[in-house]
Amino acid sequence: MEILQIVGLGLIAAILIVVVKQQRPEVVIQLSIAAGVIIFILILEKISGVFSVIEELSNRADIDRLYLSTILKIIGTAYIGEFGAQICRDAGESAVAAKIELAAKILVIILAMPIIVALLESIIRLIP
Amino acid sequence: MGVDLVFKIAGIGIITAVLHSILKQFGKEELAHLTTLAGVAVCLLMVIQLLADLFEMVRTVFHLH
Repeated sequence: MEILQIVGLGLIAAILIVVVKQQRPEVVIQLSIAAGVIIFILILEKISGVFSVIEELSNRADIDRLYLSTILKIIGTAYIGEFGAQICRDAGESAVAAKIELAAKILVIILAMPIIVALLESIIRLIP
Repeated sequence: MGVDLVFKIAGIGIITAVLHSILKQFGKEELAHLTTLAGVAVCLLMVIQLLADLFEMVRTVFHLH
């Protein structure tokens, strides 16, 4: 079961971080980054499985591919932004974390722009 | 790929801490700081390689080009 593996890895990393925290605080951040990345890599193939099912369903319902790929891009951008912001906040740099989150939000808005435009056009066409 | 990387980084951290205090006993203060720096650099190399792998995987899964 993956969940046991993941929880075990997380606990081991937390214990090692406490051990190393007194002498070498700079290694602590790298340990937490490494643990976070490894846990996410373990989950990544599950996520790609879910996305392939969603993609297959959307093809069957012949939804336009633009919407699905935009949603995927937004999820990816949001996740990476959140990942970086959380790590910076762990390291105590909440100012940097706030900047990363701001950048992530703006990038998501840019990604969503085509859909917003398409939506508004369809609404305008409805109004006689 | 899994747990051993976490152990490796923690091991390097502990070894550099021990080396630092030993070298400080011998009175070689500047050498102690250099070994600490080297330890941190090695950890950084491994973590950056891991981050590169993560970003490449996320790029392929989420079609972020």
